[in-house]
Amino acid sequence: MKRLSWLHAWLMLLPALAMLMAFTHIPALTTIWHSLFYPARGSEPEEFAGLDNYRMMLDDDVFWQALNNNLWYALVTVPASMVLALAMALWVNGKIRGRSALRLAYFTPTMLPMIAVANIWLFFYSPEIGLFNKVLGWFGVAGINWLGDTDWALPSLMLMTIWKEAGFFMIFYLAALQALDRDIYDAAALEGASRWYRFRRLTLPLLMPTTLFVLVNAVLNAFKLVDHLFILTKGGPNNASNLLLYYIYENAFSFFDANYAATLTVVLLAMLILLALLQFGVLERRIHYR
Amino acid sequence: MARFTHALSTSAAWLLGLLWILPLLYAFWASTHPAEYATRFDLFAPLTGEHFVTAWNQAPFMRYMLNTVIITGLILTFQLILCTLAGYALARMPFRGRGLVFALVLLQLMVMPEILIVENYRTLSMIDLIDTHIGVGLPYMASAFGIFLLRQTFKTVPQELEDVARLEGCSRLGVLWKVYVPLAKPTYLAYGLVSISHHWNNFLWPLVVTNTESSRPLTVGMAIFGAPESGVDWPVICAGTLIAIGPLLAIFLLFQRRFVQSFMYAGLK
Repeated sequence: MKRLSWLHAWLMLLPALAMLMAFTHIPALTTIWHSLFYPARGSEPEEFAGLDNYRMMLDDDVFWQALNNNLWYALVTVPASMVLALAMALWVNGKIRGRSALRLAYFTPTMLPMIAVANIWLFFYSPEIGLFNKVLGWFGVAGINWLGDTDWALPSLMLMTIWKEAGFFMIFYLAALQALDRDIYDAAALEGASRWYRFRRLTLPLLMPTTLFVLVNAVLNAFKLVDHLFILTKGGPNNASNLLLYYIYENAFSFFDANYAATLTVVLLAMLILLALLQFGVLERRIHYR
Repeated sequence: MARFTHALSTSAAWLLGLLWILPLLYAFWASTHPAEYATRFDLFAPLTGEHFVTAWNQAPFMRYMLNTVIITGLILTFQLILCTLAGYALARMPFRGRGLVFALVLLQLMVMPEILIVENYRTLSMIDLIDTHIGVGLPYMASAFGIFLLRQTFKTVPQELEDVARLEGCSRLGVLWKVYVPLAKPTYLAYGLVSISHHWNNFLWPLVVTNTESSRPLTVGMAIFGAPESGVDWPVICAGTLIAIGPLLAIFLLFQRRFVQSFMYAGLK
């Protein structure tokens, strides 16, 4: 009976493991394999290309632009949405009038499909009749061609992303805040520590594990969330707002070069694995307040 | 001074809340008023329901919604079964290589199916499942997040409960079904809500694998409906958007406390 236990364990794991293998592990490996071939022409089999696709990638300005955009996109949206999320959580966790209504307002964007709300944002951004330019007009400022200007297209996407993400990250901070031990705060208050001091020296360090968790998820999202590009900019104008995953999609399903798309996917995979190593290796070891 | 900062902070909180809900409020405004009021805000503007009728007639929303429900349901059902079995094995059954298997599972938290659309599309066309409900669901059916969540929960169940049930002659699957699953109800609820809202809103992968009305979910339908090329005007797009997000939004508003708590619960693990 006992001896069969390992067999049972494997049998119970099998369905989930098979699916994970089929749609995560094996594709991650075949991506590398396919990146070494030229795209198939007609019925001919794919021809081995060696590292040609990678050479092409290094010479591809659009790739560098998308990568650069994506790094800026992460660099702006991640801290901005995290700071907002923390502020929201502190507000909603404190004694504020209309607390549950506020919490609902902050959280609602999380529940709405990106693609549907992008339609509404598209209207906000539209040059002649859009809401943003109307508001600017009240102050006598000339309207901006938000999505059509190479300087403004990416920031416009960032703004919408921050709006979409902050409320989601708030939830994690809120959960952590509610699990904090009140006693330490009472003690600190007895010692006469100021609000700001308590926040900086108690709350912030105690929230460190949550911050790490949110940080990793936020960076992941910065590379995986491209839904709004399909509605707002399609990566344009002139690739000014193109992001890596969207460029992968374009190559595979608009330009029909699945092999070059695979090459780009390898880069994305490498970055994510680097992120994972960073999380488990460096950051996890430095943050151990618990 | 302290009261002043407090008032300032409260106003900031409310301003932010207002900004956050603004797109939704605007969609309500635009879709319920005649087109000429789309950018003119007048408290006494007449109400109309025509945009909803136009939107409804312009796209097969019923079909899209049915597809979304089928896909979401299919994914959730498989997720619950697969993650329960795997979560239990990883929590309570010692076997060689458990740590390695767990690490392999967790890898999916980083390498999400969204990243692998190109290869997964290849796989699906190989097994001839492009443009099917099951095809949209397949890459998501084994979820690392679900396995992880259930493993953590099962680990908190006292081992004695299992031992007693086993002594009474209960089989392993029997114990799982009668002891573990009932005790993990809050986790199932939390995971279920998170999963439903995620897949109801998912876009990229469904866009890639569906190409006809028969399998296209709401999100993909919305993208086609709202595309500038389709020449639909703003109020109608807003109305369509509201139709698309309506069911989920209604459920969310009704059970918002549950939703928020579930997301928090899932986030704490």
